[in-house]
Amino acid sequence: MINTTFCKIELQSPLVLASGILGTSVDIMNRVAENGAGAVTTKSIGPIERQGHNNPSVIEIENGLYNAVGLPTPGYLNMGDELKRWKEIKVPLIASVYGSSIRDYVHIVEYLQKYKPSIIELNISCPNKDDGMMFGASPRLTSQLVRAVKAVSSIPIMPKLTPNCDNIGRIAKECEKSGADAICAINTVQKTIIHPELKVPLLAYGKGGISGPIIREIALEKVKEIREAVKIPILGLGGITTGEDAIEMLKAGATLVGIGSGVYSRGIDIFKKVNEEIKQIMKKEGYKTLGEIK
Amino acid sequence: MQTIHKIKKIIRETPKSVSLILDGKITYQLGQFIMLWLPGVDEKPFAISYLDKDEFRVTIEEKGNFTKAISNLIIGTQIGLRGPYGHGFEPKDNSIIVAGGLGMAPAIELIKKVKNSTIIQGAKSKEFLLYLNDENLTKLIEKNKNKIVHCTDDGSFGIRGFTTQVLKKLINKQTKTVYTCGPEVMIKKVFELCEKKKIECQASLERMMKCAIGVCGSCVCGDQLVCKDGPVFSSEQLRKMKDFGKYARLKSGKKVALSEYFSYRDQ
Repeated sequence: MINTTFCKIELQSPLVLASGILGTSVDIMNRVAENGAGAVTTKSIGPIERQGHNNPSVIEIENGLYNAVGLPTPGYLNMGDELKRWKEIKVPLIASVYGSSIRDYVHIVEYLQKYKPSIIELNISCPNKDDGMMFGASPRLTSQLVRAVKAVSSIPIMPKLTPNCDNIGRIAKECEKSGADAICAINTVQKTIIHPELKVPLLAYGKGGISGPIIREIALEKVKEIREAVKIPILGLGGITTGEDAIEMLKAGATLVGIGSGVYSRGIDIFKKVNEEIKQIMKKEGYKTLGEIK
Repeated sequence: MQTIHKIKKIIRETPKSVSLILDGKITYQLGQFIMLWLPGVDEKPFAISYLDKDEFRVTIEEKGNFTKAISNLIIGTQIGLRGPYGHGFEPKDNSIIVAGGLGMAPAIELIKKVKNSTIIQGAKSKEFLLYLNDENLTKLIEKNKNKIVHCTDDGSFGIRGFTTQVLKKLINKQTKTVYTCGPEVMIKKVFELCEKKKIECQASLERMMKCAIGVCGSCVCGDQLVCKDGPVFSSEQLRKMKDFGKYARLKSGKKVALSEYFSYRDQ
């Protein structure tokens, strides 16, 4: 009832573990798969070993999370047996990739081909890295990047876009024109929060991105804007924690729905719970397939 | 968001560790951990080593930048706190508590909750035995008819030898549960001994902690999250945790041998 297809890949559920959440190892991603996710995304893989920011790097706020983890990565050449073990993951795998230059992205995407992830996500939208967002906010650079990466990849390419710009539809359109197979949106919403008593930033990095229910309406609006601009499928995410939220995201034009911060509020089995909630709503409203939800 | 606590007292415990007495009330379950935040420096996980009505104690080993900075603080400094987090100990009487080095810190609250049990406390030498002259602890142990056995690597206090050697002698069919906290090499040996004797083990582990709330994946050990599923794990969980006693991840997420992780962490 809730199976679906995305970039010709069959999924048993439209729910996807979002990048940056739990995707550090094959074992933990498999646990997420066993808990009902239709696909899982790795933590973004970068060009060289990077520690990320000091703590506090993730913190609970009202109605969401606030983070600046800062893209920690062992580096793509430094992942031990993890890449070889990707084939053990029981659901389609989305490999998330980031770089500081087009060349970085190309090298990593090329290298990952032999490990056969189902989709490669280009993280061009992390707000928590000094040079991470320049791609995501520039239609020209995004287009160049997607073309360069497409040239070396037989695996579908899905850029992940930032809501921290005023032209997400235009950027999505550039991605589509440049050959992107899908769009993922949104990444976290940039913000600086100060501790009310100590009068210092809550996060060690100073600024960060908010996620969770607090950004759900922004995410819906951005996904609608992308839907109007492009024909390629969308993985929509931002604040989805219930079946009702997921259905709303599908109605906004997404084919798949990402869950990230919801893992905090409802536990690792949130995927199972939301799958059931979606089925119940579909029954109640007379939908037989996800495709009918528009 | 972090709550703010004032340092009321600083106590030198061993040549390498200090205790902070912080003000404030905390609702805490045995074995849980808190995240202490020193703005501008870092935020790290610690056990609560004693809990009172309006104050609590945290014992910190001076190892990396953060712990060295914290041990240099002065009375009255405000520090931030998130938590307590995680899944803790389930106290059962007629048990054994094996605490190595700083692993004695999370054992104190457990000692309050168990009866007719034995604590095996080990350290490399006498000066590193935590709370050795703490009268409160002595009273606490006596109150619940518990007893304590000390051991040191160099024999400078108590039995000469390792906690695991003492455990081997004391563990028997009447032992309900073995609780353990300390270096993972020791924990692993304690666990293996428990498996051999078919006795339940509850072990408190540590890994690189970032979010502390089960989302960032930094503290994975096998398919378990030390922050959320742990830090205290049961025998059933430990049996399935492929990385336990073998691998841990650095801040970057790179998987390395346990020994490399501990030397990295101590820098």
